[in-house]
Amino acid sequence: MTEPYRIQGETGEWEVVLGLEVHAQVISHAKLFSGSSTTFGAEANTQVSLVDAAMPGMLPVINRECVEQAVRTGLALKAQINLRSVFDRKNYFYADLPQGYQISQYKDPIVGEGVLLLDLPDGSTKSVGIERLHLEQDAGKSLHDQHPQKTYVDLNRSGVALMEIVSKPDLSSPEEAGLYVKKLRSILRYIGTCDGNMQEGSMRADVNVSVRKPGDPLGTRCEIKNMNSVRFIHQAIEYEARRQIEILEGGGKIDQETRLFDTGRGETRSMRSKEDAQDYRYFPDPDLLPLVLDQARVDALGAELPELPDVKKARFIADFGLSPYDAAILVEERETADWYEQLAKGRDAKIAANWLISELFGALNKAGKDLSESPVSAESLGGLVDLIGDGTISGRIAKEVFAEMFETGKAAGDIVEEKGLKQVSDTGAIEGIIDAVLAENADKVEQYRGGKDKLFGFFVGQTMKKSQGKANPGMVNDLLRQKLDG
Amino acid sequence: MSLDKATVASIANLARIKVPDDRLEAMVGDLNAILGFVEQLDAVDTAGVEPLASVTGHTLPQREDAITDGGYQARVTANAPESTHGFYVVPKVVE
Amino acid sequence: MSDLLNLTLAEARATLAAKDISSTELTQAYIARMEATADLNAYITTTPDKALQMAEQADARLAKGEGGALEGIPLAIKDLFCTEGVLTTAASHILDGFIPPYESTVTTNLWNAGAVLLGKTNLDEFAMGSSNVTSYYGPVENPWRSTDEPDRKRVPGGSSGGSAAAVAARSALAATGTDTGGSIRQPASFSGIVGMKPTYGRCSRWGIVAFASSLDQAGPMARTVEDAALMLQVMAGYDPKDSTSAAEAMPDLSAALNQGVKGLKIGVPAEYQVDGMPEEITKVWRQGIDWLKAEGAEIVDISLPHTKYALATYYIIAPAEASSNLARYDGVRYGLRVDGDSLAEMYANTRAAGFGEEVQRRVLVGTYVLSAGYYDAYYLKAQKVRALLRRDFDQAFETVDAILTPTAPSDAFAIGDNEDDPVKMYLNDIFTVPASLAGLPGISVPAGLSERGLPMGLQVLGRMFDEGSVVRVGRALERAADFTAVPTMVREG
Repeated sequence: MTEPYRIQGETGEWEVVLGLEVHAQVISHAKLFSGSSTTFGAEANTQVSLVDAAMPGMLPVINRECVEQAVRTGLALKAQINLRSVFDRKNYFYADLPQGYQISQYKDPIVGEGVLLLDLPDGSTKSVGIERLHLEQDAGKSLHDQHPQKTYVDLNRSGVALMEIVSKPDLSSPEEAGLYVKKLRSILRYIGTCDGNMQEGSMRADVNVSVRKPGDPLGTRCEIKNMNSVRFIHQAIEYEARRQIEILEGGGKIDQETRLFDTGRGETRSMRSKEDAQDYRYFPDPDLLPLVLDQARVDALGAELPELPDVKKARFIADFGLSPYDAAILVEERETADWYEQLAKGRDAKIAANWLISELFGALNKAGKDLSESPVSAESLGGLVDLIGDGTISGRIAKEVFAEMFETGKAAGDIVEEKGLKQVSDTGAIEGIIDAVLAENADKVEQYRGGKDKLFGFFVGQTMKKSQGKANPGMVNDLLRQKLDG
Repeated sequence: MSLDKATVASIANLARIKVPDDRLEAMVGDLNAILGFVEQLDAVDTAGVEPLASVTGHTLPQREDAITDGGYQARVTANAPESTHGFYVVPKVVE
Repeated sequence: MSDLLNLTLAEARATLAAKDISSTELTQAYIARMEATADLNAYITTTPDKALQMAEQADARLAKGEGGALEGIPLAIKDLFCTEGVLTTAASHILDGFIPPYESTVTTNLWNAGAVLLGKTNLDEFAMGSSNVTSYYGPVENPWRSTDEPDRKRVPGGSSGGSAAAVAARSALAATGTDTGGSIRQPASFSGIVGMKPTYGRCSRWGIVAFASSLDQAGPMARTVEDAALMLQVMAGYDPKDSTSAAEAMPDLSAALNQGVKGLKIGVPAEYQVDGMPEEITKVWRQGIDWLKAEGAEIVDISLPHTKYALATYYIIAPAEASSNLARYDGVRYGLRVDGDSLAEMYANTRAAGFGEEVQRRVLVGTYVLSAGYYDAYYLKAQKVRALLRRDFDQAFETVDAILTPTAPSDAFAIGDNEDDPVKMYLNDIFTVPASLAGLPGISVPAGLSERGLPMGLQVLGRMFDEGSVVRVGRALERAADFTAVPTMVREG
């Protein structure tokens, strides 16, 4: 187990209690309650229907696919699927909220309690409770920087379906919060219900932060709104926890409030003043009837789900003998896992995993590329692993070959051929090289035989050098021993 | 339950309707008359009664996921009191 | 006044089909009548040019024998229905200049059947009222005057007051209305015409400016039960654009119309005999009972025990839904904007200037009953009582086929009366609200004149989706009542 996360204050150690509300944009062609497109980045108000613009007398009709996406997500989170759920109106005024209310789910969400497993760095897992998941409409966008006295409003996003996924306050460090977001993103991407693109805002997180002395009851929480990167989540939690500890240790008390993280300053600040205290006046939307699902349909959606990361990870550990840590890395993205499985097929799965994780990921990272943009295909990397396996090249030469493959996209066999890197495994040839090395270093041979065992490494090195690294290292070892000790 | 001026002012703020001070008193009287009238429901025993969710007993129909609407910027902005470059325009919002 | 104006819708249809008259002639007669009766203020917008154009097209179709069910029939449309390219106001200042880029489903159905648009009728602002005095465009005058106070203008009822007055004054052959708590039936009663609210879900709400979504229903206002049936048959229909639209097939109302009431069981609810109700209302109700009995119906005394709580229930639910439905009127995308230094101030200024007093009152009541800490005590409680009200009806309809009640507790009052206290005005809806809360179909049929010469209606309620029985009983009452009285202004042309 890793050490629990603690913050040292003036009065002793504090722990943090964190809960996340993630807003994930549902993958669908059309919006939740209207037939306009959900595509990102279109010209202002071109993806707006009369319903989205809240014209008088316009009415919402729900998109079946959005409902099913929420059910898939619920099932992937092993959550309770509520066969009857209700859409409510959350009433408030804002320029980019054309109806004057957001259609959301309050008392009766479509998905109830579930669970998500965090993959901790030490290879262990931690179970985090999911409180609920509900469907709701996204708001439009206000642009404040286009005119000195005016705000411009674009409703293209207005009405796009979001899933709000609420965790229980089971997270206890910034790292865990980050891992939670990553794991959730991984699951959503596996099942194709959200693209997880945090930069474009398809996934945003609100983090509830409170602090307490270990063993004490829960403290008052503050909600940090709308964060769109794991790095900011880390920073914001660290800042916010320290801020709360300072207040408490100074004898003050925490006001329950909504805060914004200022990414420039690395600080959180209060978002709304007291007099604007919100009263959302939730009530069931009378334009919509109760949403009723058929258990058979839910079962069918469950049956269609792909293998999920946790199951895949367990299989990789069991079938391929991978460490939990490596397996967790490989299953994070479905594409990576598929890539790996293609690579490992019919090969030494552990060597394959090592080459993928330490060599290819390293090189891709350095080049700022994705696995999908890799100049080395799974088949191609497999070719390299094969050459190592059958003794054609040594591990050391392989690294050289890999660098060349990454650079040029050429096949491993071709590089080995072109550069004459094929490993020398011919006893006669290696003996010839050894004989030459021993002859050139007669004095050292003398010393070795006189008891200076450490010189063995020197002879190995010299032999490899003379063979330009191509000599089979195992054979070099064996033959040297025979000649020196024999 | 009787509303006072401060409560009515805060409801008006929530509803984004400016009620000038000279009209507040009358509004307080009207609202109290209406609320006084509806409070007779307190006399009804509703223990164990489910609230009515739909008079027809129907459930929510669901449409297919197809792009069938939108793509008419001019149509949705034509009635706007102020618009430019296809945007709706409002007084500056300070966060 | 042209004789053409005395034709009922059914008669006009036959005459047009026989090519004895053209839609253009009929429409011209109505346009002239609209002008002659402009003082009633029944219309907010008249569309004579469009009407003549539509009439011409109708004539072309009629000439080819292709006419639809309402081909060439000139209609008035309550100004709550969005009409493409024609100013739509909901009688509110806040919708200033709003030209919808779309046409409501119900009016689309009417135009597809060949009907002709005469104009948009006045109403209580956002349909909130029972007298049509809350309109930003001024009150509507009822064409009827009382014999005791012939100089006082009277209200036509509301909220569909303009539609009722237009039909009564012969400035429309028929009209659309909407009914949330009685807004079709009560003005029909006050104006001596037939008004019908179908089952909730029958007529699509798409394109009708919303007041209270769980209650709003469109329906016809016409001179006869048959005319109302003909119109409703066209207006109704499943609409995938309205999630609350009903897919149940509408019975053939024309076929149901003249089946008579022999063997039908008609319920008479004891609770509708309320304290302080004028004797003549009770009298006309008893008369109705006798008529139906004489026609062979069986009269059954029933109890609807939660009736007395209906108004209070309604005045929680309707304002609550309205407070949210009216949040979209914010000066951003359409209608009135009154500037302010900030967005919040712009909203507050716009909504203060744009909404009239009654609308403001209801929005504030609705906001309050939904607010934190009060939701359970008001809104949730009201939805529970609503369930009980519905249960009352369900139980009654286990024994009876239809229910007969008065439509309103009085005849038309004078403009300016009942305005000292909002609650007093609300009492007008006492007999119409229960069926609205339950979602049931109902009709008001003129049954007689009060002592001071004003019309009084009787209401028939039916089971959910049983409009057939409603028009059947309504037609029987109509036949028996033989209500031929017309306002003086109509008699004198």
